[in-house]
Amino acid sequence: MQRNPQLNAKGELQHLLSIEGLPREVLVQILDTAESFAGVTEREVKKVPILRGKSVFNLFFEPSTRTRTTFEIAAKRLSADVINLNIAVSSQSKGESLLDTVANLSAMQADIFVVRHGSSGAPYLIARHVKPHEHVVNAGDGRHAHPTQGLLDLFTIRHYKQDFTRLTVAVVGDVLHSRVARSLIHGLTTLGAPEVRVIGPQTLLPSGVESLGVRVFHDMRAGLKDCDVVVMLRLQSERMGGALLPSAQEYFKNYGLTAEKLRLARPDAIVMHPGPMNRGVEIDSTVADGPHSVILPQVTFGIAVRMAVMSIVAGN
Amino acid sequence: MRLHIKNGRLVDPATGKEGSGDLFISDGKISEPFSKPEKTIDAKGLVVSPGFIDLSARLREPGYEYKATLESEMDAAVAGGVTSLACPPDTDPPLDEPGLVDMLRRRALSLERARVYPVGALTMKLQGRALTEMAELAEAGCVAFSHANVPLADTQVLWRALQYAATFGFAVWLRAEDAWLAKGGVAHDGEVATRLGLPGIPGFAETIALSTILELARATGARVHVCRLSTSGAVELMRRAKAERLPVSCDVGIHHVHLCDMDLGYFDANCRLEPPLRSQRDRDALSRALADGTIDCLCSDHTPVDEDGKHLPFAEAEPGATGLELLLPLALKWGRARELSLAATLERITCAPARVLGVAAGSLAPGAPADLALFDPAAALRVTPEALKSQGKNTPFAGYELQGRVRTTIVGGNVVYEG
Repeated sequence: MQRNPQLNAKGELQHLLSIEGLPREVLVQILDTAESFAGVTEREVKKVPILRGKSVFNLFFEPSTRTRTTFEIAAKRLSADVINLNIAVSSQSKGESLLDTVANLSAMQADIFVVRHGSSGAPYLIARHVKPHEHVVNAGDGRHAHPTQGLLDLFTIRHYKQDFTRLTVAVVGDVLHSRVARSLIHGLTTLGAPEVRVIGPQTLLPSGVESLGVRVFHDMRAGLKDCDVVVMLRLQSERMGGALLPSAQEYFKNYGLTAEKLRLARPDAIVMHPGPMNRGVEIDSTVADGPHSVILPQVTFGIAVRMAVMSIVAGN
Repeated sequence: MRLHIKNGRLVDPATGKEGSGDLFISDGKISEPFSKPEKTIDAKGLVVSPGFIDLSARLREPGYEYKATLESEMDAAVAGGVTSLACPPDTDPPLDEPGLVDMLRRRALSLERARVYPVGALTMKLQGRALTEMAELAEAGCVAFSHANVPLADTQVLWRALQYAATFGFAVWLRAEDAWLAKGGVAHDGEVATRLGLPGIPGFAETIALSTILELARATGARVHVCRLSTSGAVELMRRAKAERLPVSCDVGIHHVHLCDMDLGYFDANCRLEPPLRSQRDRDALSRALADGTIDCLCSDHTPVDEDGKHLPFAEAEPGATGLELLLPLALKWGRARELSLAATLERITCAPARVLGVAAGSLAPGAPADLALFDPAAALRVTPEALKSQGKNTPFAGYELQGRVRTTIVGGNVVYEG
């Protein structure tokens, strides 16, 4: 088996490609560092000089608003120069290969590549070909991983629940296509959450999902019982009306989170969603905007977490 | 050329006989002993075996010369001790027209290296709609008909193709993969694909398609050879079909008896193969089935891919790996793991594929074609892509320490390779 490509010879984080395979200490280091940055984002002057003179290239081969923006804000708060490249509409459409694009940007003296790509594993390919001083941060690859989202979810859970070792967490919905779910599940199992559940119809759960260390529920009511954390996944509209699901209505009826279903969870349960939400498809507005929802704080925490990740990889 | 090979360890898989001895060659055939040879080869320390026969080696001509050329791949073949090979029809254009087959054979002949046996396309342009002129193609030199890795979703067409082939006694070589169940998949549907977020191809995509193929073989009486088994379920189906004495045979690729989906590691595009690498359990079942005879042959499934085709995210990378030069060392590795005799090991890459091809090769008996591989079974071989003769440098075995080096390859009594 090859060495974990995201760690350097000293076992430090060289790239952030996936939460899977990261030691507990590295995860805790990131969360603790993010904690220290959370203060920065509340100050009047929201900047620290950690990445001054460094260039962060946001390489988005897939459209994104929220993730790209929060990475941009995080890099700017670290005083880096940020270059946004929306590659979905530039060089790739001219037939330039992924590695050529990266080589060209590397020639422009990049320090950190923040990469989103529609194909699972693309950031690994890039990480194998960048120069030793360059760092790759995965901002979502195919169905595989979205480690900064996973980390901000972990940060959020730690913020509200402190200790992972007593938690029951349910991840609900389209796990099959979800890089968010995979990253969060690896993070939770690494940090010692004793029960992680996935809830969804068989068509939206990948085969052998139990091997990730989760319990499978097809009945949402049974799955939500006594949960401390409920994570709703986005259901993309193109999954509807095909062979995966008959309709949004039927999906909402069985797997949408309503106030009534949420009552089965613990009274102090928190509700999370990686966004963007489909109100009325996976989550009811009364829940999304209700007292259990921590969906907007997740976004705020995302900036501190991305600051932490970029400052740590750049320092290694 | 009257040739005398002395001091070698003769291994004849056709009879199972092993022992030191001399071999004589005249008029391109193995002959009874004679005196006054024109040339003598000292094979001290070497195994003298029938040349290897590979049931699937893509030469990439016509149409994909940027990936490989006939010259480069024929060099690779003889460097690997491969003296006969069958090439699948998935060229561009596909081998669906006698003129193309004729041209390919002439080109191959003029290179004077390995013997090339083209496998014709089963349907025009491999589109799965209209049958090819099988009789014409057979006359041009096609030994069988296949659909390569191109899905043939329409079972009506498959049925008719088997009926038509059976009419003339032509063999049909098929990969068993349900086109719909495999659609969009790039890896074995299991824990590894789930972890890596890769779209999966379930094992039952193979068993369902194989059940269909076997049922159609039963109905039509066609001679069917099933290519590149990848699942334990398919092994069981083949076992039963053979017990029933259906005229079927099958093979497995060198990757699938040694590797499994765990070898994908961190998205190693060299492990992007068709069929996909499956579970450890499948791999072990394939390895055992090759030993007990349920699977007849081992083949390289040689598929040279250019670097650009592999420098892509896993799912976008082009499937396939180079293999001609690794067939022997990987066969030996398999044989050692299964504790088989050298003759039994070599049988899978000599006389067994000869039977499938219907050619009189794969034996050391007098009268057999003098196609030979002289090799050192214990010589260390570190797989170094740059050192391969094949234009395709892509292999999941890069860096492996193997054993078995071909020293001399002889085709039709002529020495075509010395290493």
